Amino acid sequence: MKPAAFVRHVPKTVEEALAILAEVAPQDGRVLAGGQSLVPIMAFRMARPAHLVDINEVAGLDRLAVDGGKLVIGARVRHAAFHKSVADGPLGKLLAYVVRHIAHYPIRMRGTFCGSLAHADPASEWCLVAATLGAEIVARSKRGTRTIAAADFFQGIMSTALAENELLTEARLPLLAADAKFGFYEFNRRAGDFAMAAALATYRLVDGKIAEPRIGVGGAEAQPRRIAQAEATLAGQAPGDAAFRAAAEAAAKAIDPLEDIQTSGEYRRDLVRAVVRRALEHSA
Amino acid sequence: MTEKTGITLTINGRDHAIRVEPRRTLADAIREDCGQTGTHIGCEHGICGACTVIVDGEPVRSCLMFAVQAAGKIIRTVEGLADGDRLHPMQEAFMQHHGLQCGFCTPGFLMLAVGVLEREPNISDDDLLDVLSSNLCRCTGYQNIVKAVRAAAAEMRGK
Repeated sequence: MKPAAFVRHVPKTVEEALAILAEVAPQDGRVLAGGQSLVPIMAFRMARPAHLVDINEVAGLDRLAVDGGKLVIGARVRHAAFHKSVADGPLGKLLAYVVRHIAHYPIRMRGTFCGSLAHADPASEWCLVAATLGAEIVARSKRGTRTIAAADFFQGIMSTALAENELLTEARLPLLAADAKFGFYEFNRRAGDFAMAAALATYRLVDGKIAEPRIGVGGAEAQPRRIAQAEATLAGQAPGDAAFRAAAEAAAKAIDPLEDIQTSGEYRRDLVRAVVRRALEHSA
Repeated sequence: MTEKTGITLTINGRDHAIRVEPRRTLADAIREDCGQTGTHIGCEHGICGACTVIVDGEPVRSCLMFAVQAAGKIIRTVEGLADGDRLHPMQEAFMQHHGLQCGFCTPGFLMLAVGVLEREPNISDDDLLDVLSSNLCRCTGYQNIVKAVRAAAAEMRGK
């Protein structure tokens, strides 16, 4: 239950971090941000990185600001930063609501938004937010910078489009319209535990009808994603029990559920039906 | 390459010059290298909260931080709560409300509750309940811990 030995690198600038990462990534080097997922995995010896590039002292990665219609979240921004609304309008409120479902208070003091994305646990709340809202994820290496759409970023259980020598430097979330509505619901058996299924819904109301619906499901498949079939059933409908149940049914039908020793595919599908309906009820 | 490096941990206002490997957790360094055994270690993977300490004003799991990351930061542990013979209001409230039985989880709960209340003195009862779900206690059934922390919160606000 103690991590295996590693060499720690403590860069002070992004450029320095990228140079070190380029050198140590091929020798099983990893990035250490908040460490709230990586360190437990190291304690279990499920990960034994030979090198850790500790980015906690890298200047500039703590940026959290609205810029060009997007909320820019740097790689060192902790979950706890979202306890209070960080952006005007519904997005700040959405993040402040969702963050309270992430693990526990002391974990939220250290864990980071971008670290959650890079770790890509299927049950991650921030991964669900990123996938549903269409985040842009910025990856840098010595070779340059690229921006990856959330839909292309998540590629399976703890698997992403990041190359081993790339550092996820920031994520950008598009602001929600001032009149946007949102709802979130997560099911797990114990407070702060991993989601067995979670759903996030956003939409606008135009003449009393649902417009621009986004329905994301997390914790149920290998990676979180928007469920087009559920969105299609909602568009143009008046919000209410009938529309919400129809969307929940469509989502349950559309998913390819993860199965594990405690959760059959059938049960997971049933949970998806429940969390989508409850997320929509929360939005209304 | 993974040899020990010299760092100074500042715990409850006292400097401890120690030599540790990078993989040494803050929890182990506090206990084994600095001899401050009030901080307890339960699960060693961030679930139980027994090792909670306050680093630069933030309640954190000391098993999920490396000691080298805490160099130069202000660390507070359960040993630093009392002022001489006068217990901290949180400690007093745990006694008054029977918030402990075996005492294993108690240092973690004390540092969690003090850390959060110093940051958010006006936290709601509901949010406080959510905060207390961070740590595990296998004796009390939690009700007396909740009572103790709510009483101490009122006391700390009154000061």
